[in-house]
Amino acid sequence: METKASHWLVTGGGRGLGRAVAIAAARDGGEAVVVARTKAELEEVTETIRRGGGVAHAIAADIADKERTHAIAGEAAALMGSIDVLVHAAATLGPVPLEPVLETPCEDLERALMVNVVGPHRLTKAIVPSMLLRGIGVIVHVSSDAAIVAYPEWGAYGASKAAFELMARTMAAEVASSGVRSLIVDPGEMDTQMHEDALPHADRTLLARPADVAEKILAIVRDGRLGPNGARVVLSHVESW
Amino acid sequence: MSPARWLRDHAANDRLLAVHVPLGTRTDARVRDLPALLRPADLVVINDAATLPASIVVRHADERFELRLASRVVDGSAWGVAFGAGNWRTPTELRGIAPRVEEGDALTIDGTGVTGHVVERLHGRLVRVDWEVPTAQLLAAIYAHGRPIQYSHVDRELPLWAVQTPFASRPWGVEMASAGRAIGPSMVSSLRAANISVAWLTHAAGLTSTGDPELDAMLPLAEDFEIPLETVRAVGTARARGGRVIAVGTTVVRALESASETGMPRPGPGTATRKLDSSYCRRVVDGLLTGFHESGSTHLRLLSAFAPAELLTETYRHADREGYLCHELGDVNLILAS
Repeated sequence: METKASHWLVTGGGRGLGRAVAIAAARDGGEAVVVARTKAELEEVTETIRRGGGVAHAIAADIADKERTHAIAGEAAALMGSIDVLVHAAATLGPVPLEPVLETPCEDLERALMVNVVGPHRLTKAIVPSMLLRGIGVIVHVSSDAAIVAYPEWGAYGASKAAFELMARTMAAEVASSGVRSLIVDPGEMDTQMHEDALPHADRTLLARPADVAEKILAIVRDGRLGPNGARVVLSHVESW
Repeated sequence: MSPARWLRDHAANDRLLAVHVPLGTRTDARVRDLPALLRPADLVVINDAATLPASIVVRHADERFELRLASRVVDGSAWGVAFGAGNWRTPTELRGIAPRVEEGDALTIDGTGVTGHVVERLHGRLVRVDWEVPTAQLLAAIYAHGRPIQYSHVDRELPLWAVQTPFASRPWGVEMASAGRAIGPSMVSSLRAANISVAWLTHAAGLTSTGDPELDAMLPLAEDFEIPLETVRAVGTARARGGRVIAVGTTVVRALESASETGMPRPGPGTATRKLDSSYCRRVVDGLLTGFHESGSTHLRLLSAFAPAELLTETYRHADREGYLCHELGDVNLILAS
């Protein structure tokens, strides 16, 4: 089933994969609301999209801030009308270098859970019911193999992503047959600032380009056969579609 | 009737008093019983407007005062009502004398650089302001600096999330279309499982009260709405199957009836200007899920288009006796007129 997705809301859209998804969506004819904390990054990505002839809007917000959830949803709906695709790309590793579980400050775990789980949950609650009513919509949860594999020192991030994924899968079970798809995407290792922060000595030539990963996400969103409701799609296993 | 002073945990557990007008029956129930109180083939229509934090503080010359938005924002312009000294804890009728603003006066949203000018005045306190920024920038300023409109019967400051209905989408409302609190995704699933259809429209819910009798008599002001084609089709299907059209909230009644001069709603945008009361002959809506309202309010007047005054009086007496709670966070009343 092909979905003509036109209105995108992308969190973490100021840099990395979120930025690349917003740019790719706009290039594909979609309209994107980009949410990020840093105004300069927002300006850069929306300007890039506009220069390319696309339509983009910026909302400066921290998705962990409960007071901002309905402002994000309301401003986005005012700008675009109904939202067809919600991409949860915003995430935090927490302070780097990463720490073993036994030495991770409790506050760092709390912050990881706020940004990586609680904030997305709030935004999902504000946006997805409207998709359900209309019987159309895609929620893309950008995750990581750290949600599944116990990498030493990745405890706070991994635990938050595991919770994020289970929430996505549970929601998928709950919205089954509604026309709405809740998907998990594991993009693999990408050449992003987040990767640089976590593993500064990695060989960047071996890392995927966010723009290439974004194209695969676009294909999944457009075509329900590539990413059926509840799927966990590991993009590094996919050459191309 | 006592007002609900704060949110309760599960809207599905809120009380629901069902009144069947032709049969003259009354049923004490819960919101979760709604599917059983309706019939297969019925259509439930909800309002998906999100609620703006529509109480903003503005500066005018040397004064600072509260301006409550009274309409949806269109092209950077919106109606607003000025309020005098006091805050939401002060009953609206006891607020200080509102500052007088004239056409041409400049206003600034406090804490922002967003300025505008009064371009129209319908009443001493009711003005239309053209804000000199695009709508997106104006909404961002309102979201950053505004607070939800609330009244003195509520215990604490309401956060923005507390005035959103589950399906809230476009921020058109200045107050919550509160009957919609009862209808969330689980309720929609239950209704659909019972072969009851659910459709939606967007209606810019306006102010409930200003505290000024003259101004209150003008309420509800003209309110924008938009009805999707799918909803018009759903009304036709319900009719063809012998089902009834049940509006969730008085805003849905206003939108559907305003758009139905010919007996069927027309899709698209419109503006509701008509005040509905006992003299009004309904064209589309057969039933209404609504809160319990203050005597003399425009909401209560609208109910008389669905049930005779004596029946409404008896219903409210019963609700009072049985401890139902009124106002926007309170219990609900299902009135089935046919």
